Amino acid sequence: MLSSLTRLQRYYLYYTGCFLAFIGALAILEQHGMPPRWIGYSFLFFTISMYALIGIVSRTSDVSEYYVAGRKVPAFFNGMATGADWMSAASFIGMAGTLYLSGFQGLAYVIGWTSGFVLVALLLAPYLRRFGQYTIPDFLGARYGGNAIRLVAVAAAILASFVYVVAQIYGVGVITSRFVSLQFEIGVFVGLAGILVCSFLGGMRAVTWTQVAQYLILIVAYVTPVAILSYNVTGNPIPQLVYGQVLEQVTKLENRLFDSPAEVEVRQLFRDRADQYAQKIMQLPHSLIHEREQLSSEINRLKSSDAQMRDIVALERQRRDLPHDPEQAKVRWENAMYSAADRSKQPIHHAEAFPGETVEEQNIQRINFLALIFCLTVGTAALPHVLTRYYTTPSVREARESVFWSLLFILLLYITAPAYAVFAKYEVLSHLAEIPIAKLPGWVAAWAKIGLVSIEDINADGILQLAELSLNPDVIVLATPEIAGMPYVVSGLVAAGGLAAALSTADGLLLTITSALSHDVYYRIIRPGASTQFRLVIAKSMLLVVAVLAATVAAQKPGTILSMVAWAFSIAGSAFFPALVLGIFWGRATRKGALAGMIVGVMLSIYYIVRVEFDTIPWLGVSGLRMEPWFNIQATSSGFFGVLAGFATIVLVSLVTKPEPEAMNFLKAIRFRNGTSS
Amino acid sequence: MAKADAYWRRTRRLTFTLLLCWFFVTFGVTWFAREINEMAFLGFPLGFYMAAQGSLVIFLLIIWWYNRQMRKIDAEFGVDED
Repeated sequence: MLSSLTRLQRYYLYYTGCFLAFIGALAILEQHGMPPRWIGYSFLFFTISMYALIGIVSRTSDVSEYYVAGRKVPAFFNGMATGADWMSAASFIGMAGTLYLSGFQGLAYVIGWTSGFVLVALLLAPYLRRFGQYTIPDFLGARYGGNAIRLVAVAAAILASFVYVVAQIYGVGVITSRFVSLQFEIGVFVGLAGILVCSFLGGMRAVTWTQVAQYLILIVAYVTPVAILSYNVTGNPIPQLVYGQVLEQVTKLENRLFDSPAEVEVRQLFRDRADQYAQKIMQLPHSLIHEREQLSSEINRLKSSDAQMRDIVALERQRRDLPHDPEQAKVRWENAMYSAADRSKQPIHHAEAFPGETVEEQNIQRINFLALIFCLTVGTAALPHVLTRYYTTPSVREARESVFWSLLFILLLYITAPAYAVFAKYEVLSHLAEIPIAKLPGWVAAWAKIGLVSIEDINADGILQLAELSLNPDVIVLATPEIAGMPYVVSGLVAAGGLAAALSTADGLLLTITSALSHDVYYRIIRPGASTQFRLVIAKSMLLVVAVLAATVAAQKPGTILSMVAWAFSIAGSAFFPALVLGIFWGRATRKGALAGMIVGVMLSIYYIVRVEFDTIPWLGVSGLRMEPWFNIQATSSGFFGVLAGFATIVLVSLVTKPEPEAMNFLKAIRFRNGTSS
Repeated sequence: MAKADAYWRRTRRLTFTLLLCWFFVTFGVTWFAREINEMAFLGFPLGFYMAAQGSLVIFLLIIWWYNRQMRKIDAEFGVDED
């Protein structure tokens, strides 16, 4: 049977076997008392040295190898590499948690991130491959002509990719600091090293083969804990098949718990607290002065009545911790108010679609759900680091087939994520709710220590109500092994998987930024006569500069950058999707039309995000920006307007500008040609 | 170039037919998720099932079908690659 496989398939089979044996060995060592910390180190060391090995073996000094892996990647492996390229730290760690918290509403991510591949398959991949150059700006430059469009494309590609790559490196820092207790900043630079060993020497060729290796690790790591959990709960180790029954039980538990008197009481208490904060905020600055005076007089009263010193010190600390000025008070109290208001909300049933108390609220949810799907779909089909992967296959036909494999390999994870969430919810509802707080399992305290779980017994009955528990979405994947009482080796495996997901995506993104700068800007625009050797030198130094820059930004722990990742989809979608699709399917689209469409699309997306999301931008000195969202659509889905505006602008401007007959030659070449050219 | 035009017409027709299916599944079925959630499928509410598994499998089938038909068209026009 082995002989029917290709040489590459056999290599990766041995590699997978090797990895499984490694896990087995660690499991046995753990039984014999190997400390968890060493298990963490072993995983980190083993996987990164594997990637380094592949990276060094695939080093290259050929331009085509460096940018597009020599176009020798078979469809099957390109699919796997795309899977790893595509699934980021957010897919691996965040998605199951989002699904846990928002139930059905979280499924927009599952649909959006997979349905995009249908668009890639039908509208883009075969044509990009038949065109056969190196980058997405290349394609737009050749179709529409001129350097202006190339530059706009480069700018959009960098804008969308840079925040994304920073988020990946940040993810590496988080994972290493939690599982091997490295300091966060050191973890970031471990991540940087992990990325550079894969991409620096071998470019796309090395990245491709490491991504295949990383895919295998991440999928094993993702599926293993859910399979064990599923076996424990239902006796069947295939979670995707059986979680329907578990979902039914979850719904039953929800029906029983949500309206129990204790839950209702706890939610009311949180609502009262939110109201108190709202009042205090309204009465600023008076309320702050009043509070300080009250504390002072209380302290004086205690001092004169020779009370316990400890109580006085506690009160004095409380006074010291009060916000210093009304502005700080506003920020702090608003946060407290929102968090209390969040906990006071009527919880939503996991399986309920478009939940809302009135029909109107339900419709807003429905529209937002569809708008988010639209943005994620179009964004997926426009992110340059994914699209470039389809330049790397040997033929057009293999490019088409590799989209099929990509989606198949991605599905394996995306079909598992909702099951993950349901099993985790089942565990929480059946083993945490209504349990005395003193008797909660150990993992709750462990994760509470680093702030991912928080519990507040607001009604002081000593029993945990659901509304008293709040979970950070990341904790679902990170803590499931502990929740289900699995050995630490499974936790280590999950960390290795998260690391693989973050590193593989970072590699792909980094290469996209690098080739946009070195190939499109330097070679195509600044020095078209540069020698091959020098082009590679430029590419490698760009890679180094961008990687170090991204790691430096990530080391600052920029909180806002993580929320910016969701915007990358809207930006990439509105910049590239209309120009690419109309460029291929509509011969009449002109250069001016495309240029106008790309700029209008991106600008509108950014404008919408800024005006819905922010009220003031201190460093620009602007305030009072906030506007009412159009059709109640959230800022994350700004691409919904950007993409539509992009399409409309390209069509209108193209129709009023002179037709460009030379585009027809380009179209003939990409629509129909004997395909093996490169 | 009549051959190239005929090839393109066939490709385009296939592409747009499948896009229509894709649109129907992604946006049409999802729109009614709340309503079809009343029905059960393999123990799941149907709307939940479609969003979590059903649509995804249909996407895969759409791509599979596209590849299959394109192989046929390629062979018919003598441009298949192996």
